Amino acid sequence: MSAPTIDAPASARPASPQVLPPIRWHAPIAYGVVALFGLVVFGLLGPSGETSTFGISTSRDFVQFTPFSVPSKLTATILCLGALALAGVSFYETRRREKAGVWLPITYGVLMVFAFLVWAVAGKDSALPLTGLLQGSLFLAIPLVFGALAGLLCERSGIINIAIEGQLLGGAFLAAVVATLTGSAYAGLIAAPIAGALVGLLLVLFSIKYVVNQIIVGVVLNVLVIGVTSYLFSTVLKENPDTWNNPPGLPVISIPVLSQIPIIGPVLFRQTALVYIMYVVVIVLQIMVFRSRWGLRLRSVGEHPKAADTVGIKVNRTRLRSTVLGGAVAGLGGAFFTVAAGLAFGKEMTNGKGYIALAAMILGRWSPKGALAAALLFGFANNLQLQLSIIQTPIPSQIMLMTPYIVTIFAVAGLVGRVRPPAAEGIPYTK
Amino acid sequence: MKLELQGITKTFGPLVANDHIDLVVEPGEIHALLGENGAGKSTLMNVLYGLYDPDEGQILVDDAPVRFVGPGDAMAAGIGMVHQHFMLVPVFTVAENVVLGHEPVRGAGLIDLPEARRRVKEISDQFGFHVDPDAYIEDLPVGVQQRVEIIKALSRQAKVLILDEPTAVLTPQETDELIGIMRQLKESGTSIVFITHKLREVRAVADRITIIRRGKVVGTAEPSTSETELASLMVGRSVDLGVDRSVAVPGEATVQVRNLTVIDEAGVRQVDDVSFDVARGEILAIAGVQGNGQTELTEVMLGLQSPVAGSVQLDGVELVGRSVRDVLHAGVGFVPEDRSTDGVIADFSIAENLILDLHRYEPFARGVALRPAAVRENADKRIAEFDVRTGSIDAHASTLSGGNQQKVVLAREMSRPLRLLIASQPTRGLDVGSIEFVHTRIVQERDNGTPVIIVSTELDEVLALADRILVMYRGRVVGDVPGGTDRDVLGLMMAGVPEDEAVRQAAEHHTALGGADLEAAPPTPAPTTTAADTATPQEEL
Repeated sequence: MSAPTIDAPASARPASPQVLPPIRWHAPIAYGVVALFGLVVFGLLGPSGETSTFGISTSRDFVQFTPFSVPSKLTATILCLGALALAGVSFYETRRREKAGVWLPITYGVLMVFAFLVWAVAGKDSALPLTGLLQGSLFLAIPLVFGALAGLLCERSGIINIAIEGQLLGGAFLAAVVATLTGSAYAGLIAAPIAGALVGLLLVLFSIKYVVNQIIVGVVLNVLVIGVTSYLFSTVLKENPDTWNNPPGLPVISIPVLSQIPIIGPVLFRQTALVYIMYVVVIVLQIMVFRSRWGLRLRSVGEHPKAADTVGIKVNRTRLRSTVLGGAVAGLGGAFFTVAAGLAFGKEMTNGKGYIALAAMILGRWSPKGALAAALLFGFANNLQLQLSIIQTPIPSQIMLMTPYIVTIFAVAGLVGRVRPPAAEGIPYTK
Repeated sequence: MKLELQGITKTFGPLVANDHIDLVVEPGEIHALLGENGAGKSTLMNVLYGLYDPDEGQILVDDAPVRFVGPGDAMAAGIGMVHQHFMLVPVFTVAENVVLGHEPVRGAGLIDLPEARRRVKEISDQFGFHVDPDAYIEDLPVGVQQRVEIIKALSRQAKVLILDEPTAVLTPQETDELIGIMRQLKESGTSIVFITHKLREVRAVADRITIIRRGKVVGTAEPSTSETELASLMVGRSVDLGVDRSVAVPGEATVQVRNLTVIDEAGVRQVDDVSFDVARGEILAIAGVQGNGQTELTEVMLGLQSPVAGSVQLDGVELVGRSVRDVLHAGVGFVPEDRSTDGVIADFSIAENLILDLHRYEPFARGVALRPAAVRENADKRIAEFDVRTGSIDAHASTLSGGNQQKVVLAREMSRPLRLLIASQPTRGLDVGSIEFVHTRIVQERDNGTPVIIVSTELDEVLALADRILVMYRGRVVGDVPGGTDRDVLGLMMAGVPEDEAVRQAAEHHTALGGADLEAAPPTPAPTTTAADTATPQEEL
């Protein structure tokens, strides 16, 4: 076939004045304003003559570093000036209609966080433990990582999972009860995913078989799990806590050698089995979702179920499996609240973590590694609030309590930009 | 492979979509299934492909009865299908789409990508498709996506390939290439079932033609049968293929579009520096392949999107920057391209749909209250005038056929005095009867002195209606040509070739369909030479 087409036109077009879309100045302005605010409050108006002290190793570390101190006002000023310079870079690139790389917001964020920390701990006697800050961030991120992975397993297959909260809570409950009854924290760890999977099964049954709106089913399931666990908690668990609600905690396992690496060793490799499972799940899902046959079929069902059906993939069966699996993953994350630390189950103890996990999934663009990064960011915000309330900063604690959620809103609204959820998400597949 | 359908019947509630249909596809033949939209062609093919379970009848492969529970069974039996709406995952690569469902794997269930690429390349090279296995589907033009669909079917060893309205989204040149591919496939022994409602294409490529009307086989024909004859078989009465219309008497140019530029969120120039005029009493057709900025252009004119630059003036009044309500009030009538989502509200009654844009004015409203009596009276009048076939004006719009829905939209838009009518894809998916009606009403509106803009991807429609044709490609106007311009020239322009170059290329090199057009040009077409014959020399070029 000789087909004379396509290539000719470009040169033949008459030149026209280039009309360009208006430049969006939101990002550089926001960077600039926040950096200026920091410069004034943390730097120029900051306490003069004080120092800020940071600790970078824990008492059990192999290599000990002594805490270091920096002059508060000067350091905060320098950090904020750095951030201001980045805002300038952002202005410049926006003006040239270029898109700054992801390094810019990350570096900017790190600078501003440090400026804030320097200001917040100025003049305190006790050092702010940086390692502890990271360790705690990872710790608080655990349920978010599991929850976000659960969400992405379901949503990649086209089922919206709002019930992550309920799955976490169910997992926490069953883990506590089974661990107490058997006296083994590991038995609790095995029981937790079963509770989550049951909630996932209910979600997918109502979504597929009875074609109920998935968001409504999810919300209702959350309320249901809260109701059931609260009822059992007040009737059974509270009556006889030693028999029912006194789970042993998972032991901390130090990986030899790796846990001795300065700073990151204790953070990453002196953890419970749940955290090591989390590493494995993130890595395995990252590979399997994007590179395996299972993952390809999973995603095809969530993107274009009819196309999947026409090549012989059973759409609803795939959705059922992945939603139950997702529920199990979230349930496992629920074990964090009870057996991971050997804590007793408490009413509504998941406290909205399931919804934050959902935000982490979106911020992480429906990918396991993205979900991990987003969950760590939220965990960090959460832990920062905890640490700072311990060392008593000038900020009211109520405002500190809001930080994780403010970070969440800004992160999801601002950093995510245009993300594309799976195309068939939330749409029931019927022939 | 010989494929036979015997007495296939499929009903959806009271609707008999297929009524005892018999069809035999011999090995290595191109069998055209000709019928109007809604005649039951796609239902039949979905039965054959295992997507629907037939109520009665059986399917025979090489004379042995088979039963398909799902598409997997049909594929295993050697039947491949290229759906009208492509069954490709837009965010996957070509290779991923081709192997989906029968993926080559290495250990641990990981996909063997080199093998997947090899499968794509093998078939792609065999037929000269030039498809990059690692390209993402969403980045590919529709013509290439269609080739991916064909590769997908062939990689599953399809012996019978069903092509469901394959030319609906193609330019004439792409259609021509597809016809070449179909012949090549036929030579390599693959049978093809070619589903279409386009007579010209059927005559160009088919070995045998089966015509379906209202779910029944009404006859078979040879490709030498004349278009008029095929059309009357397809519609069930004699059809006048052209539109009856007088010569346009353009008046003053009251619509002036200047330097309109629309840039979408992703930074793509959907409309790029577009300028044109439309005069009173003139139909301007905007031709182009779907997705070349036509949708954005019409939406900007209505005020649904805002342009980055440019102006739209109607009777000397600027429309850009005004609300949709103001634009409608200025006398713009708008027929959206997707009537079922943008044209009517499916769960509202026909009467309500007929006053969607007038509900706040007298006589339909008094103060905050609607006046149901006036609404109903208006509905009775409009459905009589526009021949909307419905049991009741209180029936939901969703119960209407596509043609009748479109009549409701037209009736609503034409029920106020218009200063400009914009109609996007006014007859997409309609049956021949409705198409005739819609076209006649549009021409009437023109004759009343209204400037009319028609956006259509169907060259037949453009040629039937246009007094002037504006061809768009990638948001730009490639050319402004008079109505009745040669379809090959238009086709090349739709692919971005400038007018003078297109005229030159088209003169050197006629496509199969364009050739058929030339052949049909004399008043009495010679029945002895088929369209296919006239087209063959072109292959040697």
